[in-house]
Parts: sequence; C-alpha cells; structure tokens
Amino acid sequence: MATVEAYRVRAGRGVELGLLVLAIAIGVGAYALVGLGVEGVVPPDAAGYGAGLAGLALAVHLVLRWRAPYADPVILPITVALNGLGLAMIYRIDLAYESREMAHGFASRQLVTTAIAVALAAAVLIFLRDHRTLRRFTYTAMVVALALVMLPLVPGLGQTINGARIWVSVGGQSFQPAEFAKIALAIFFAGYLVSNRDTLALAGPKVAGLQLPRARDLGPILVVWAVSLAVLVVQRDLGTSLLLFGVFVAMLYLATERISWVVIGLVMFVGGAMAAASAFAHVAARFEAWLHAMDPVVFERFPGGSGQLVRGLFGMASGGLFGTGLGNGRPDLVYAAESDFIMASLGEELGLTGILAILMLYAILTERGMRTAIGVRDGFGKLLAGGLAFVIALQTFVVVGGITRLIPLTGLTTPFLAYGGSSLLANWVAVALLLRISDDARRPAPALVRGVDPDLLPPEADDDYDSPPHRTPISVGGGGGAHERDFEDEQPTERIGRRP
Amino acid sequence: MNTPLRRLATVMLVMFVALMGASTWVQYVKAPELNSDSRNVRTLYREYGNARGPIVVAGDAVAQSVKVDDSYGYQRTYSDGDTYSAVTGFYSIVHGSTQLEHAANDALTGRGDQLFFTRLRDLITGRKPEGAAVETTILPAAQRAAREGLGDQQGAVVAIEPSTGRILALVSTPGFDPNALATHDVAAASSAYTQLAGADGNPLRSNATLETYPPGSTFKLVTAATALENGYTADTEIPAPTVLDLPQSSATIGNFGGGGCGSDPITIAEALRVSCNTAFGQLGMDLGDDAIREQAEKFGFDSGLTIPMDVVKSVFPADLNAPQTAQSAIGQFDVRATPMQMAMVAAAIANDGVLMKPYTVDRVRAADLSVVSTTEPSVLSRAVSASTAQQLTDMMLGVVNSGTGTAAQISGVQVAGKTGTAQTTEGAAPHAWFTAFAPADNPQVAVAVIVEHGGNAGNEATGGRIAAPIARAVIEAVLNS
Repeated sequence: MATVEAYRVRAGRGVELGLLVLAIAIGVGAYALVGLGVEGVVPPDAAGYGAGLAGLALAVHLVLRWRAPYADPVILPITVALNGLGLAMIYRIDLAYESREMAHGFASRQLVTTAIAVALAAAVLIFLRDHRTLRRFTYTAMVVALALVMLPLVPGLGQTINGARIWVSVGGQSFQPAEFAKIALAIFFAGYLVSNRDTLALAGPKVAGLQLPRARDLGPILVVWAVSLAVLVVQRDLGTSLLLFGVFVAMLYLATERISWVVIGLVMFVGGAMAAASAFAHVAARFEAWLHAMDPVVFERFPGGSGQLVRGLFGMASGGLFGTGLGNGRPDLVYAAESDFIMASLGEELGLTGILAILMLYAILTERGMRTAIGVRDGFGKLLAGGLAFVIALQTFVVVGGITRLIPLTGLTTPFLAYGGSSLLANWVAVALLLRISDDARRPAPALVRGVDPDLLPPEADDDYDSPPHRTPISVGGGGGAHERDFEDEQPTERIGRRP
Repeated sequence: MNTPLRRLATVMLVMFVALMGASTWVQYVKAPELNSDSRNVRTLYREYGNARGPIVVAGDAVAQSVKVDDSYGYQRTYSDGDTYSAVTGFYSIVHGSTQLEHAANDALTGRGDQLFFTRLRDLITGRKPEGAAVETTILPAAQRAAREGLGDQQGAVVAIEPSTGRILALVSTPGFDPNALATHDVAAASSAYTQLAGADGNPLRSNATLETYPPGSTFKLVTAATALENGYTADTEIPAPTVLDLPQSSATIGNFGGGGCGSDPITIAEALRVSCNTAFGQLGMDLGDDAIREQAEKFGFDSGLTIPMDVVKSVFPADLNAPQTAQSAIGQFDVRATPMQMAMVAAAIANDGVLMKPYTVDRVRAADLSVVSTTEPSVLSRAVSASTAQQLTDMMLGVVNSGTGTAAQISGVQVAGKTGTAQTTEGAAPHAWFTAFAPADNPQVAVAVIVEHGGNAGNEATGGRIAAPIARAVIEAVLNS
C-alpha cells in the first residue's frame, strides 16, 4: 500500500432498489403461479398483494435511505425474496388444506405477521441509531433471554404442542419465546464476551496442545450448557437447544480465537445429547428415526417415528430436478408442510433447482452478515453481527439438514420462509440489527481529530485493520497487518462528525 | 477478530454446501428409489391428480379418466371392460396396473420421452400436465366377434394384420371388469382383486399373451415349414404308418381316432390336410430337432416380445432325443406356445414368409391432439422363403376346404388354416386350437384361437369343431369392416 487513494463509497441504495424489484417480482410471481397452478387463474388479489408486498419492502428501503444510508444493499432484498416465497408457498398449502377441509388461513395470518415484522424492523432501524447502545443492556439481555427460554415451563402459560413444550400462550396467541431469546442471547454474548475475552483467551493451562481456559472462566459456558440441556430435556426441543448452544460456542470462538472452546463446547454438547438420548425416550426416538428412517417399523411408529421425515423426502424426490411446478405437487401430504417442513414443500414444487437457489440466498444473506462483522470497527458490533449471521445460518442448517436427513430432525422453523409469527418477527429484527451494523461498517471513516488529513485514511475499515481509527490513525505501509489481535475499547467509541 | 470471523464464514459456507449436497442426494441421486417406494402415495396421487390419457379403440375411449370429487381427482372408468380387459388391463390404486395401462403408462401419464416437448411447454405455460391418448390398433368388430365366439369358454383369440403386424383382436377369457379394480373404494377394490385372482382360469392374467399351451397340431405348420426350407416339397412323399414306433423306447405315436392317414406313404400336403401325426412324427425325426428349433425361432419361439405389453416366451425345448423330437414335431412333449405366437406363425406365412412385429399401439396423441408418436410397422424376421410360404398357404387351404378345418369355410373367401387338438394332462379334455388367415391370395387377417380343455364340447372337442368357427367369425368381422 504505497499510496492511499480516496474513493467515493457507493452507498448501494440504488442497487438495493433494483434488487428489491427483483425480489418482489419473485414473491408476487410465485403467488400468481400458485393461483394458476391450483385453480387455473391468477388470484384476483394478486395486484393488491403485490402492491402490499412492494409497499412493505419500499418502506424499509426508505427507512434505510433515511436512517442507515450505507447499509448493506443485498440483505434486505434477499429477506424480502425469502419472505415472499414463503408467503406464496404457505398460500399454496392453504389452498390444498382448504380443498381437503383441513384448518387453513395460514397465509393471511402470515401476511399480517409480515407487516408487523417489517414495522418492527423499521422501528429498530429508526430508534436504534447506534448498535453499540445495545451493549449497555448486556445483562438485561441475559435476564430476558433466560426468562424467555424458561417461559414455556411456567404452568398455565406454557403449552405443549407436538410433544415440545416451547410455546407460550397469551390471550389466545401462541409464541415461541426461544425465537426472541436467540437475539437477546446474541446481544448478551456479544456484550459479555467483548468485556471478558482477554481472560477467556489468555489465562489457563495448556494441555495436549490445547490452551484450556481457567476453571472459573468456565462458569458462564456451564450455565449456557445447562440451559441448553434443560431446553433439550424439559422442553423436548433438540433444535432450539442446538441453536442456543451452537451460537454461544461460535461467538466464544470469535471472541477468543481459541479452538479449545469449540472442542470443549462440542464435547459437552455431544456428551449431553448422548446422555439425553440414552436417558430420554423422545430424544432416542429422534435419533432412531434419523438413522433408520426407511425401516417400516420406524416409519409406521407414531409418535416418534420417521413418517413425517420420510414423507418429506418422498415429496422432495417427487419434485426431482425441476419440481412439479407451484400448485401441481402434493406438499400437503407432509405434516407441518407450511411450517417446519416448508423446505420439503418448496423442494417438491420448485425442485432441486429451487432448493439450491434458496440455499444460495441464505448463504449470501449470512455471508453478507459476516462481511458486515468483518467490516465493522468495534468488537461488540463484530460479535453481534457475526452471532446474528451465524444464528440464521445455523437455524437454516439445523432445519434443512433435518429435512434432508443430514442430521436428526428437530423442530425449528426455516427463517423467513416458514409459517410462524415468532420466527418471522425475530428474524426480521435480526436482519434490522444486521442492517444497522452494516451501515456502520460501510460508512466512510469520519473526519478525525488531531489534525490528521482524512484523505490519508482508508475510506472503510480494512479487513486486517479493525482497530479504532483514533488509536492508530495512520496505518499505511502494511502496518495494519501486524495486528493479529485487535484491542477494542471497552466503551462505545465516541466519534466526531458522525451525523449532522 | 477478523481471522475467526473468516474461519466461521468458511464453516457457514461448508454448512450450506453440505445442505446442497444433501438436497441433491435426496432429489436427484435417491429420487428414483424414493419415488418407487411402495409407501410413497405421492406418485399415485399425482398420476390420479392429473388427467390420465384415454385408451382409444377406433375413436372411442375404452378406458378414460373422469373427473370426480374425491382426493384423487380422477376416476379411471372402462366401457365394455370385459371385452377389452386383455388389451387395457386394469389401473388400481392398491394393486398397480397391467397390460396397456401398465405398458403404456409413460404415455398415459404424459411422462414418456416422446412427450418431453409437450411437458416442457406445459412447464413454461404453467398448464396442468395431461396424459396422452393411446390409440390402439384394435378393430372393435373383430374384438367383439372374438369375445362373443369364446363366450363362457376359457381361451384366447389373437388376430393380426399380416402385412403390418397390427393386432386387430386380443381377447382372453374369462375376462373381467377393470372398473371393479379401479374403484377408489380401497376395500371394494381389494375384495374384487382377491376374488378375481383366485377365480378359475385366472381372469387377471391374459391367456393371449401371458399363458403358454402345448400347440398340438398347429405346430405341424412349423414342422412343415422346416421340411420345405430343407429340400422337401409339398408333394414329397413321407411314411405315414398307423402307429409310429419311437426308437429307444416303447412309446408310440398314433393318429387321431386311432386309424391311418389314408395312405402310406403320404405327401406332406396331404399329411397336413388330415393332420397325420405319424407322418409328422417321422418327418420331425428325419429333420432333427435342431432344424425344427431353428425354424421355430424364425417364427418367434424362444424369445419374448413387447407389444408394448409383455408377451411371454414360447418354447421349443432344447436337447431332444429322437422320440422327444417326434413328439415335439407334432406340438406335444414340452413345446409351449402363446396364442400370440401361433397367430404370428399364420401371419408370417400369410405375409409371404415375412414376420412383422406385432403391436397394439397405433399412435400416441398428446392432450392437444397433436400426434407425438406413430408406430411404424417393422420386420421381426424372415420366417420362410416366399415359395415356402406359398406352398404352406396351398396346404392350409386344403385343410379348410376339405380337411380337418372345414368349419372355418367362408363362402366366397379362401381361408387357409390349421387345426390343433392338443393333449394336456391325462384325463383332461384336450385344448382346441385353430390358426388361419384369409383371404389366401391377399391376406387381411391372421388369427389364432384356443379353447382350453375343449370348452363346452369337453372330450368331444377338436380344433376343427370348437375353435375353427370362432376364427371364422373373427375373419368375417375383419373382412366385413
């Protein structure tokens, strides 16, 4: 880096608008095709539906222009596309349920939830001007997260649906508090780890090449581990358990860069899960349904058999490479086709092509999240963005991996696609937080104090350059590469000239 | 913190690649296996949910899917199901499908390769895919004549157009009503299936194509053809004792009724006219089993066939000693032939010795009425030379005009035929065979008829008495339409 050239950062709002048009076209097109496929006519409300979806997307877009002009331009369009595809598929399954005289009307409820979720996301973007504000609520977030996770266990409040006690019913409305807990936990972990990373990373004996943490530093990880296992055992929810613990281990690794935490975490979780599998019939049944799914006995067993899983596989197989086309398959033959198994439904009607495209959308979305984490300058933001991106990726992995028999099936919803209010609200909030952080990550560096010519500064945080600018204001000539570990400030950085 | 972020990003990418791999495994690699899993009702539902194409006979659908208001969407219905059951087979939710419903399934469901562009267009335009119509070669008049001729007797009739191989009639009795099996009432369908599967004569199995019988004297056509192809002529005189002592054993061959064959020696033509067992037994031994087998295989023996439904292999046994050869030469011992095979023998002789490949599907027509495929007649083999075919024709004319097959005579039409009365098990009445073609100078139809165990005539049955009139009725039906 012999010379430093100043260049204008492209905010990307124009790109975002273009991609949004594409995303809305996907959602509305899918909706119209469902009508054509099932009833032979474009749904009469397709135009109104399209306008509604476009309105929601445009509203967020305008909020971004107003409040987060440098936010990542890809995240919102992908979210809209996934949400729109999910709505179309839920509508399609609704029509199938309706013709079979089963309970239906999921699509309209999901549409209302989408509107609320979008409003919530917009509110986050409007009122949360700086993500570092959240760091103040580190321990509040912990309490909220633990309370949310434990909420379903409260007598009279918790509900057991399909064997899993992960629901809370208030005034006739059901919630899955764990969906919100994962965001609260990500905030807590980010705040906790950014403060304690040095003790967690540096202290402790070295055994067999692994730098082990000190026993007293193990406290928090033991608490999270215990909570995860409690979720697994008491609430019978393998998926949420895996999700919460996985996110914690990942963020611990991000903060400490120590692979020993990952090893310890995996050993503890696998050990706990195996113990649970041998001690609790419902966990063991899940494993058996996974390993011997095609076995007629396991297939026929209910509950605890592999019937749902295998029917989902049948559906995906019948879709083949190109799918039956929207409205021409029988996704309704699988239980929970509109929620947990929506990826199997999409696989049946959109084929392998559609599934790969959707997975690619998730991959891009979460990798944009990681790019945001790399780009943002403060440690809390890095951890939070990395944690949120990972939580979306892990949730997708756990649910789609379960449906495709890559891992044991667990009851999780596919982010943005699946029917489920809690999941939709929580994931839109996660996306809003990612957008907020990405605005910070992509914003050109502010003019600095101490008389440094701003033109000499890298316009955006360099990948190897994640120290706050005012510590090492000029880092040309390869100086940034020397920072193996960065030294973030403990408190939110006060920047000069942030916004007028 | 960027190094672990990059590593975690890589891990996430690996997770997504793993998901893509798993999806490909399910939807591509394992898809055929999953789709053919018997527990996968989806394949069936989808077939039912889409309009399955009709099976058409002369412009009328004998099997078609009618929209109904249940979870399947379409009900398969058969008009005149009993008459056409050997052609259509059945299509059942629980018991699968047979005959054309099975063999032409790809076309009927619209999944066949020839329908690729139709499917592609449906995919692009978003049209609900529909199955294609399968138009058969069956001639309704011939089919009905055959069905009525067999009546309540067990047996089969196959009629072929010799110059093309088009199958004009394909009947097996007892027939069955495919509607009983196609019903969506699973319990009723199962009970109908159980009852039919256990019924006398196994109605669900087509005698015409899936059952083999000893061909009896109709096989003498093959033996005669072997002789003519190996230097004999119709006028060659061969020995015809009253009783033929078989070498290496105490067994003998006698003639029908126990008498002689009118003269000894006898010409081959005369031996065929009166269906002389001893003459043909001796001729068989003189020719040798290899020569007869070679000739039989040219007529189609020893190989299976799809028309497009399966036709089981007719067999001329291997490694015969002299007495077995003598028995086999008159269509006994272990010689087995389907009615389809014997119709093919007659058809090859009728078509100047050229055997055309039999077929039942004339055209496949997509739902938009465009023809997606047409079956072109094809040669299966040259069975005999044209001169041999001509001599055999003349010999077969003798059978009908003044021999054992006079019951097949039609005024004004030269019918060439051969009777057969095949011994089965000890004490059971013989099978009555008749195979023929007409008109002899310009053959329009070749037919084979079998009536199992003599039909209504029992022990008194002969091919000439029982089977020939049915063949005559079918020939008349073809010639009159």
